[in-house]
Amino acid sequence: MKYKFLAHTADMKFQAFGKSLEVAFANSALAMFHTMYEKKIKKTKTVKVKAKGKDFEALLYNFLEELLVLFDGEGFFLSKVKRLNIDKKKFRLEAEVVGDNAENYEMDIDVKAITYHDIFVKKEKGKWICQIVLDV
Amino acid sequence: MKLKKISTDVYEIPREGNMKVPGMVYASEKLMQDIQKDKTLEQVKNVAELPGILKAAIALPDAHQGYGLPIGGVAAFDMEKGVISPGGVGYDINCSVRLLRTNLKKQDILKNAEKIAEAIYDKIPSGVGRGSKFQITKKELDKLLKGGARYMVEKGYGNKNDYLHMEEEGCLKGADVSKVSERAVKRGIGQLGTLGAGNHFLEVQYVDEIFDKKIAKAFGLEKGQITIMIHCGSRGLGHQVASDYIVKMEEKYGFKGLPDRELINAPIKSVLGKDYYSAMACAANFAFANKQLITHWLREEMNSLFPGAKMEVVYDVCHNIAKFEEHIVSGKKKIVCIHRKGATRSFGPGRKEVPVAYRKVGQPVLIPGSMGTSSYVLVGTKKAEELTFGSTVHGAGRVSSRSVALKTINGEKIQKELHKKGIEVKSGSWRAIATEAPQVYKDIDEVVKVVDDLGISKKVARMKPLIVIKG
Repeated sequence: MKYKFLAHTADMKFQAFGKSLEVAFANSALAMFHTMYEKKIKKTKTVKVKAKGKDFEALLYNFLEELLVLFDGEGFFLSKVKRLNIDKKKFRLEAEVVGDNAENYEMDIDVKAITYHDIFVKKEKGKWICQIVLDV
Repeated sequence: MKLKKISTDVYEIPREGNMKVPGMVYASEKLMQDIQKDKTLEQVKNVAELPGILKAAIALPDAHQGYGLPIGGVAAFDMEKGVISPGGVGYDINCSVRLLRTNLKKQDILKNAEKIAEAIYDKIPSGVGRGSKFQITKKELDKLLKGGARYMVEKGYGNKNDYLHMEEEGCLKGADVSKVSERAVKRGIGQLGTLGAGNHFLEVQYVDEIFDKKIAKAFGLEKGQITIMIHCGSRGLGHQVASDYIVKMEEKYGFKGLPDRELINAPIKSVLGKDYYSAMACAANFAFANKQLITHWLREEMNSLFPGAKMEVVYDVCHNIAKFEEHIVSGKKKIVCIHRKGATRSFGPGRKEVPVAYRKVGQPVLIPGSMGTSSYVLVGTKKAEELTFGSTVHGAGRVSSRSVALKTINGEKIQKELHKKGIEVKSGSWRAIATEAPQVYKDIDEVVKVVDDLGISKKVARMKPLIVIKG
């Protein structure tokens, strides 16, 4: 399972999973865009993204926010995370994401923001789990 | 957690642990059952732990779990010892509601509801990722962020009477554009005049019942009249302002000892606290301007459909906002920093903040129902000033999550059911309709009854929907 959505009265809450931290982060990005649109997105352009933070939670928050800014500011809609490297000591991240122009799709739900509410990034039984509540 | 019933519709979470003040919950037994299903009460308790909080952390009858403050939450802070919290205000700064009254009658709309719905849907951009046709330079945007609805009126998008009938006269003071990041501008600059998605909407309604004739007359409302309600916020610009300052405050103050990382805050008079307020005011003004542009386009469209149609602003109320207001605390008047999240100001007669035209009766309080249900106009009261720092509910309040709604509710079916009831719903997405279906909200009639019984706002008029444009 890449991710699952959990109940939260007002907003969208999900957990994303991965054997590595990188995969769990990539699946978090997919879950966020899946909130907005369920169907397939074409891969017509590639964008590079960087993020940093003071801990894994802040790094994940800032990474997802970079993608939201790309979406709102440049109309970029993510289809896939192509490459993702995390410097676990310095809490820095570099990624290449592929996607398409958002204008080509009728989106369902607007993600306003990532929140710190109930956020965690942890390793459990050899598997990484990221939990996020999105303000929608 | 202990919960003590004080009197009808009034509950207290007594002080314990790190709580600086008690929590107060205003709800009927029925609404309390919903409130207790999620983490609302825990979030009230968390807010009561914040430094400098005054009197009580408050949850209103429409309260439900949010992040940081619950939705339907109110908290006031001491100006010297207290804090300001971007997560406490929320990401959609000045998510707000405007009501327009018209000289049209129910019959005018009924004859052609589908065509009118189509025309409005085409005119006003709604939904996710649908940008605006309105182009603005960065230099002009700076003026807009300072001037709000006033700026738009000066540019010819409306008239003076529009902003004179808005909370803060459509322009929150203290806006400083140098405190708004380039990222925030980048996210918002292409979104002026758009509704957005989620719970945002534009609704054509008719007044189906008047509860208080005298006050309804003061608000210019009468039975059978068509009103139009617009609900939207500060779009990507506001969301990014909130996020920028959450990150900055975390870097400066850390989140150790906070019951919820989302409640990160800064002292009101610190540099960061002041900077956030100045940026938040810009976002609030973006929201006022956004609705002003939507109002202008709507006037254009309605005038081409109904030559001679008149549309005047009844009022415009803020939902997610922090403000400096005078309130009585422990018997003394003092300025406090009030946070309203998913809550509406409800000032009674006499307050200088209420427009002159309404000052004798109190401010209009606009309460949208969920899709397909009634909306209400109420009036602010002195009782609200005593009990809830001059605050009341903002809507029905959710009971069920969007993820559950998506699994169990069919948007297309909802649209058909509402069509049979004489309500036209237009949206770009069935999933969007499903997540906002009437059954995921509390009963608006019950919520309004409770605030009326408590006296924190009083019923004036009820409207029923004819056309709903969903974001």
